[in-house]
Order: sequence, then structure tokens, then C-alpha cells
Amino acid sequence: MATPPQVKALACPNCGAGVQVRTYARTLNVVCVNCLTVLDASTPELQILQKFEGATRIRPLVPLGKRGKLESEAWENIGFQVREIVVDGVPYQWHEYLLFNPYKGYRYLTEYDGHWNDVKTLKSIPSPCTVSGKPAVQVLGRTYRHFQSAEATTVYVMGEFPWQVRVGDQVRVADYVAPPFMVSSETTADEVTWSIGEYTDGRRIFQAFELKEAPPAPRGVYANQPSPYAGRTKRAWTTWLFLNILLFALMFFFSIFTGNQVVLDKSYYFTTASKGEASFVTDVFELKGRISNVELTTSTDLDNDWAYFGFALVNEATGQGYDFGREVSCYYGRDSDGSWSEGGRNDSVVIPSVPPGRYYLRVEPEMQSDASGGGSADHRMNYRLQLRRDVPYNAFFWFAALLLLVPPVFTSLRRAGFETRRWNESDYAGGSSGGSDSSSSDD
Amino acid sequence: MSHVKAFCPNCGAPVEFLWSSAVQTTCEFCKSILVRRDVSLERVGQVADLPPDVSPIQILTEGLYRGKSFQVVGRILYEYELGGWNEWHCVYNDGTSGWLSDAQAEYAVSFLVQPPAPLPPADRIARGGTFHWNGTLYQVTTITRARYVGVQGELPFEYWDKSAALFADLGTPDARFGAIDYTENPPLLFLGESVGFDSLKLKNLREFEGW
Repeated sequence: MATPPQVKALACPNCGAGVQVRTYARTLNVVCVNCLTVLDASTPELQILQKFEGATRIRPLVPLGKRGKLESEAWENIGFQVREIVVDGVPYQWHEYLLFNPYKGYRYLTEYDGHWNDVKTLKSIPSPCTVSGKPAVQVLGRTYRHFQSAEATTVYVMGEFPWQVRVGDQVRVADYVAPPFMVSSETTADEVTWSIGEYTDGRRIFQAFELKEAPPAPRGVYANQPSPYAGRTKRAWTTWLFLNILLFALMFFFSIFTGNQVVLDKSYYFTTASKGEASFVTDVFELKGRISNVELTTSTDLDNDWAYFGFALVNEATGQGYDFGREVSCYYGRDSDGSWSEGGRNDSVVIPSVPPGRYYLRVEPEMQSDASGGGSADHRMNYRLQLRRDVPYNAFFWFAALLLLVPPVFTSLRRAGFETRRWNESDYAGGSSGGSDSSSSDD
Repeated sequence: MSHVKAFCPNCGAPVEFLWSSAVQTTCEFCKSILVRRDVSLERVGQVADLPPDVSPIQILTEGLYRGKSFQVVGRILYEYELGGWNEWHCVYNDGTSGWLSDAQAEYAVSFLVQPPAPLPPADRIARGGTFHWNGTLYQVTTITRARYVGVQGELPFEYWDKSAALFADLGTPDARFGAIDYTENPPLLFLGESVGFDSLKLKNLREFEGW
């Protein structure tokens, strides 16, 4: 069995320039790099198949004949083509590089606006399905959502190909995405071929082929570009969940280990009918332990009425006091809009950082007096005062929980924005197709 | 694997069999196609010069498939619109034999099987057609009109006086592979799977200059 030389040098019958056929017997068509004439590599005289009629030359970013290393395997760039789809009258072009390794076969790189995909032939046939009523395909354990279908035309070719290639070739392409992957079908009259691409950083390609310049910066969001927020959203919510568990554990811990001890619990009666001094002081009670808070709860039986309490928590030894006032009012009724109510019968207030010691409470209740109000009846109420030492202060925890929500919500919004930009380039632009949480396994 | 030795009835060169069940082989020296008849070899034809080869696989290449080692002992070479295409005949260490195809460096391992249901005739098979076999949905992916080019080495059946060959390639959602070979009547069915080059752990491959 004759082993052919790997590289065969011939002359282009159109322009006389040297034509290299690098994969010899596998190559069917070769395009002269000088005059861009498509030649039949299977004939010894390189029969002319198509002459170049375009006006502009397009420079491939990865030069033809350049060998690079992908996953420590050598791949040679042997063919380059530019293909175009037209959407709403606007042409979009992308570049395709054909890579070859005599053992591993073929592999493709595609580039559009700085977005690269590493593409291989798919050996399984995707099965059609739907995701929220829209077309999708399933293959190799992943669901890919339909992104775009279009007629693709080859507009520029260079190098060698193991198939028949002509400028003007048309195939129907359909792309399905599950970032960072994309499966695509190309349909001709004779066959359907499927390929699977993985989104890859242009820097990886340029490094693999040892190209000196910097790869073009990607513009916009590409169909299967992995969302920079995808992993982050999940992480943000995981962190949120973790911190919340911690927070509630702390809350639980504090509610158990705070003293929460009742130091005063007494019921009183007040009426405006009594003309005497309304203020009085309670018995002395002891606030123990460290510097901590004190919670005063006032429960009344007010009924369409209000009361004002002047309080002072006074240290018996020093005479130092904490003065504060509370108003309790409870009104309700019915009007044309239905029943309404305002205020409540109970009130609660926390006095922070009270040092230990012996204290008493001075109380001065006040209600609407006949003189000022003009009502005929006296106002009266039963009320109960409860004083607790060292109560768990949960409001802080609720506030913290609310603050903790900010980062994950923010990240989720950013992610939704990214998905909207992605799907704006698809056949489903403008619709509700985006979906910030793609159901496929994109995390 | 017993090594049966015989002599080419055409040129007298020794003919060694790597696989005792081989039905046909070729003489390395005079390229005669030799078919086993009881104890003797009959020359039934001559292999034309085969075109330059592109496959990295060759006779005596060894590999591993599903834990069984195999050795390539023969091949059938076809040509189709995209170039050459080899069906390498592989003999496994348990004495069975199967095929390793290489078309455009896409590799598939397959075995001759009894069709679970009668196969449609050549004029009734079309792309997109489906078969439900043993719980798997096979779909016709391509109809290939190939030209028989030649044979080399040991084959499990007589295969030499062919010209046109029609194949229907089958695919599944899980990378399984099938091929209906219409060169025989009734047609033959091969089932297997697409395989990655690395997974076969091939040894004794052809070397390509510069690679």
C-alpha cells in the first residue's frame, strides 16, 4: 500500500501560483489562495470548478496551514469559509475554519463578532421536543432551545475541503442553544448533518495557534455565550440561603439565651373623673445582669378612644431616669367604604442599654378631659404594664434579612438582562421567549 | 487465533491466516483474491492497485472495544462522493469478528446481526425512514451510493465480484450506528455505535509524516 506524501505541491491552472494539498487523498476541493479559484483536487490536473468573482478578499484570523494545539492535540487549519445569513434584509456573516488531524479527522472553529465556537460533528441524532411550547431538541442528556433558523450561503472560500465547496452553496441551518453549548443542523436536499459547538474564548484559540495579536473583542451577546451571571446567580442565592440560616440560628440563639425576664406585671385603672394627681410610681424592681434592654408593653381596653402615657424608668440609687412618652389610640367604625380601623389597644417599646440596678417606673396616664374635648362622659380605661428585662430584639434580624436579599436580587436582574440581550438576536426577539431561568442545565 | 498456513495457488507464496474462520484472503505478493474451498485455496480474482490510503488504520492495527481486544485482519475499500471509505475487518480475542469503519475519519464499530424484522428493499429505503429494533429508534441518516474498489486481507465471507454498492446509514439519539448493506440479497444489517478515535486505544497505526 503506497503511503502518499502528506503535503503535495501543485500549480493552479488558473493563475500558476503554487497550490498545496495538505491532506492529499482526503481533500476533494482545494481553493487557490492566490486567485481563489475552486479546483478539483481529485483530478491530477486540478480541474477548475469555479472562478472567484467577488471583489474583496477576506483575511482569516488563523492563517491557512497554521498548526495549533487544542487539548494537547495538533490541529492544522486547512480551510476557511465565510458564510452569510440574511435576517430582515440585514446580512450577517461568520467565519468558519476547518481543522484537520490525520487520526482524529475534522473539527471546526466558527467566529462571529469576536465570539468563537469549537465545533465537532455530532454522532447522535437529536430528538425534537418543546420547551414551554417552543421548539427544542434533546441530545446527550441536554435540552437545547431553538434559537434561529435561516438559509446560509457560502460567500467566500479558501484552502482545502473534504467535500464539494462552491461560493453560492446554500444550506438551511437551525441553531439550538443550551449555553455554553449549541447544536446546529444543516439541511441540504440530500442530508441532514448535526454538529455540536462549545462557546470558547478567542484568547484560547489565539493561544492555541500562537498568534501574536490580540483576538477581536466580542461584541454583544452570542447565542450560546454562557451567562456571566448564571453561576453567580446560583452562588448568590446559595450564599443568601446560608446567611439566612445563620441569621435565624443567631435569632434562635438570642431568643433562648436572652433573659427575657418579667420584672413588673401589674394592672391599673384610670379615669378622668378622679381629680387627683394621675402620676404614680411602681414598686422597686431589680434589673439584673449586664447592660441590656428593657421592654415595656402597655395593654389597654381603649374603645374608640386614646390615651397618653408619660413614663420614666428611674434608677433608685442615682435618680437617673429614662423619660419617654407613648400614645395608644384605638378607633374603628364603618363608613361608605366599609369598615375601617386605626391604631391598636396595645403598645410596646424597647429601651436599649439599661445598666443593672434597682429601678422603679413612674407612670403618668392622660386621657381626653371633658374640658378640652367637650364630651359629656368621663373617659376611663383598664390597662396593664409589663416590663421585661433583656428581650430578644428581632427587628434587627428582619432588617438584616432584608439587606441580605439585595445581592441575589441584583444578580438575578443582571442575569435576566443578559438573557434578554441573548434572545433579542434570535427568532424570538421581542417576545416573552427569553426566560431568565433557562430550564436546561446551564449552571 | 491459530495461524493456518497455506500457499497461494497462483504464485506459491506462503499465505498465513490470522483468523481461522476467514473465508477469503488476498496474497500479499501477487494480489490474488483467494477463497477457501475445503482444504485448498482457490484464486477467484485479482485486486487492482488500491488508491493511496488516507486511513490511519492498517492491517495488524490493534485496539480495544468494550473490554475486548481486537486486531485488524482485512478490509473492504469503497469510494463514494467524498472519497475513500474503509470497512476494516476486526477479529476479537474471543474469536468473533466485526467491523471498524473509517469514512472521513468518522469511526464506527459494528457487527453483522440477524435483522430483527425483514429489511426494506433498496428501492423502498429513504432518508428519514425509521426502524424500531430492540427498543431503539434507528433513523436513516444517509443513503450512500458507493463504488467497490477492492479488498485486502482476511474477510468473513466471499467478497470480490462487486461493483456498485448501496448503503443506508442509521443513527440513533444515543450515538448508536447501523448500516444496511444492499450488495447482498437479502441485504445485510450491521449494528454498532459511533466511537471516538481515542476510545479504541489503537496501536500499530500508520504514521503520517510530520504528525
